[in-house]
Amino acid sequence: MPKFESLDHLREYRRQLLARRDPQQLQVLVCAGPGCLPMGSEEVAAAFKEELQAKGLEGKVLLKESGCQGLCARAVRVILRPREICYQQVTPEDVPEIVEATLMNGQVVDRLIYEAPLTGSKIAHKSEIPFYRGQQPIVLRKLDVIDPESLDDYLAMGGYRGLRKILTEMTPEAVIDAVERSGLRGRGGGGFPTGRKWRVCHEAEGEVKFIICNGDEGDPGAFMDRAVMEGDPHAVIEGMLIGAYAIGARKGYIYVRHEYPLAVKRLQLAIGQARQFGLLGSNIMRSGFGFDLKIARGAGAFVCGEETALIHSIEGFIGEPSPRPPYPAQAGLWGLPTVINNVETWANVPEIINLGPEWFAAIGTENSKGTKVFSLVGAVNQTGLVEVPMGTTLRQIIFELGGGIRQDHEFKAVQTGGPSGGCIPKEFLDLPVDYDSLQSVGSIMGSGGMIVMDHTSCMVDVARYFLSFLFEESCGKCTPCREGLRQMLFLLDEIIHGRGEEAHLALMEELCAAMADASLCGLGQSAANPVLSTLKYFRQEYETHIRDKKCPALVCRPLLKYSIDPETCTGCLACVRECPVGAITGLKKQPQELDQELCIKCGLCFESCQFEAVKVE
Amino acid sequence: MDQERLDTILSRYEGDAADLIPVLQDIQDQYSYLPKDELKVVAQKLNVPLTRIFSVATFYKMFSLIPKGRHQIRVCLGTTCHLRGGPRLMESFSHRLGVEPGYTTKDMQFSLETVGCLGSCAQAPVAMIDDKYFGRLATDKVPKILKLYKN
Repeated sequence: MPKFESLDHLREYRRQLLARRDPQQLQVLVCAGPGCLPMGSEEVAAAFKEELQAKGLEGKVLLKESGCQGLCARAVRVILRPREICYQQVTPEDVPEIVEATLMNGQVVDRLIYEAPLTGSKIAHKSEIPFYRGQQPIVLRKLDVIDPESLDDYLAMGGYRGLRKILTEMTPEAVIDAVERSGLRGRGGGGFPTGRKWRVCHEAEGEVKFIICNGDEGDPGAFMDRAVMEGDPHAVIEGMLIGAYAIGARKGYIYVRHEYPLAVKRLQLAIGQARQFGLLGSNIMRSGFGFDLKIARGAGAFVCGEETALIHSIEGFIGEPSPRPPYPAQAGLWGLPTVINNVETWANVPEIINLGPEWFAAIGTENSKGTKVFSLVGAVNQTGLVEVPMGTTLRQIIFELGGGIRQDHEFKAVQTGGPSGGCIPKEFLDLPVDYDSLQSVGSIMGSGGMIVMDHTSCMVDVARYFLSFLFEESCGKCTPCREGLRQMLFLLDEIIHGRGEEAHLALMEELCAAMADASLCGLGQSAANPVLSTLKYFRQEYETHIRDKKCPALVCRPLLKYSIDPETCTGCLACVRECPVGAITGLKKQPQELDQELCIKCGLCFESCQFEAVKVE
Repeated sequence: MDQERLDTILSRYEGDAADLIPVLQDIQDQYSYLPKDELKVVAQKLNVPLTRIFSVATFYKMFSLIPKGRHQIRVCLGTTCHLRGGPRLMESFSHRLGVEPGYTTKDMQFSLETVGCLGSCAQAPVAMIDDKYFGRLATDKVPKILKLYKN
């Protein structure tokens, strides 16, 4: 590949690239996304490589490891192009059959294709699978098409066309104008209008300005930014180039969590490629515009997702937030004007420039434009990444795309917005999802985690989980957050240990209000949301814990009671071997007895019993 | 102290105070902890007070002031993992290795840690050993997986 010497050179290169490529080229794309990697996608890819070699198909079939293919529940996923045949739950043992049947003889392997959870009907083609049919991918569009490590693949999909467009025909003001008119709002959680943020920074005084990509995706249960950084890293870089041109920045940072080693590797590779081919650096394609990027690796602190804390972290300090204003767009990195946007926001930008702000603004609701990527996980049948227009209802997402609740259980709640969000009960299933509607029911959009829960989840435990998460992660700078979390956690612990009193609930609500008012940053201000939303919609569950000392979902350990049914127990001693405290005694082949005094309620006996003789209540 | 090893790391940077975190990350990656003598040199080279280095080293979770084991086990306790048995998985690792989270086994083979979220939520519960992910990890698979890494 050459170094692009001019804007026309890039266009000419793309033309030749597309002319060289055969649209009928057989391709095997093995998903190496966040959902498939833990299920052994590397082994599947290796098996394909070996089998293609063995069958002499190396030159004829292209093998790629792609980014996330969406339907993580059925990992490992493989998609065969150009026919778009989706295979799921593929193991290395299935590979010879796929190569022989589909690649050599054009037949579909029936047992590996999608089966609808309700009807049982089998579907081979991606476009017909309901999970994909209901989506409108913009950010995820390229993830199951390109090899994330190939710049050519990105260029062939129209990559860096947005950059070329702004450098040939748009002024920085026109770019800001377009982003403003598109109605794009920050996808990291706050939902601040992106164009306005850029304008403030553009108009701020000073020659030196910065832009930052916030890839510190810390919300537990959210992985869309990871999928984009790993699966389409050039889209983030192109978005940042466009942003840098608009506000007049010459240097940018991508801040990535160190817990995402593959994202770091892929971004590093993509930055290297972009530099090599003259898409990053000084005087890019001789346009006079120069911009370069650096990766800053997070060091493990959730609070660094907050923009001022993130800036301190890049500066080499501990990640403590600062009061705003001044906002980073006025005084950010090293006190200079800085635009910070989230990964998904940046990835939307090239598409907005390419297809125009009107196209983008036509998608979504009045105040929330475009699409949103959600990580749909928890108790749904079809977990995975979905991208839907703003305004799609929770019911559509959970039941049509997600295929309903596992094991035909009943839907109980959906948690959105991570530790700053709330739990939404079934009354609001028909709520169209956008920034404002979620806030109106006590949750937030957040970065896009959507954790579905059924009756096996205890809402008191969920609230306690988020509080303990935030308690661990609070930086400790301001008192309302540091001490408020400690006290709330104490109260919730009292409740789940059976020492709760009704007055505790009112006290918690009071504490929530104080934290929301007085905390320094978003972490503390919104820490109350998981507690307030569960108190509002599931108060009865708190009351059962307090009054009856029972956990209806059988989750809160201290309130559980294990016993052994002498009628069913066979005396096989499986539980005796598992019990870590020796609380179970009895003779072999005789019913066993459980000493309640010694029992630590770990549940190992319950799990190890083959005869369902261990009871829990 | 291995001066050469540290110099190789420091030579990658311009010696700015803002390079502190990346330098510490490289030391952590290579040494598996932040040795005190090395930190003193870093303080000098980057012109940063040692107190600030300690404040950074103790604030961020990836840094450790004591040596870690050969293999890092990170058990995910993200929301989905929490709901789908992450805490139990943690206990199982802890029980089999005989260490609490945050500690290293006596033979220095394994360090056990919890992590806020690994981002593989669809396959909960998840754990990561070094750079490899393990999904839908039932507790009964724990002994088998540990065996893969022993010796």
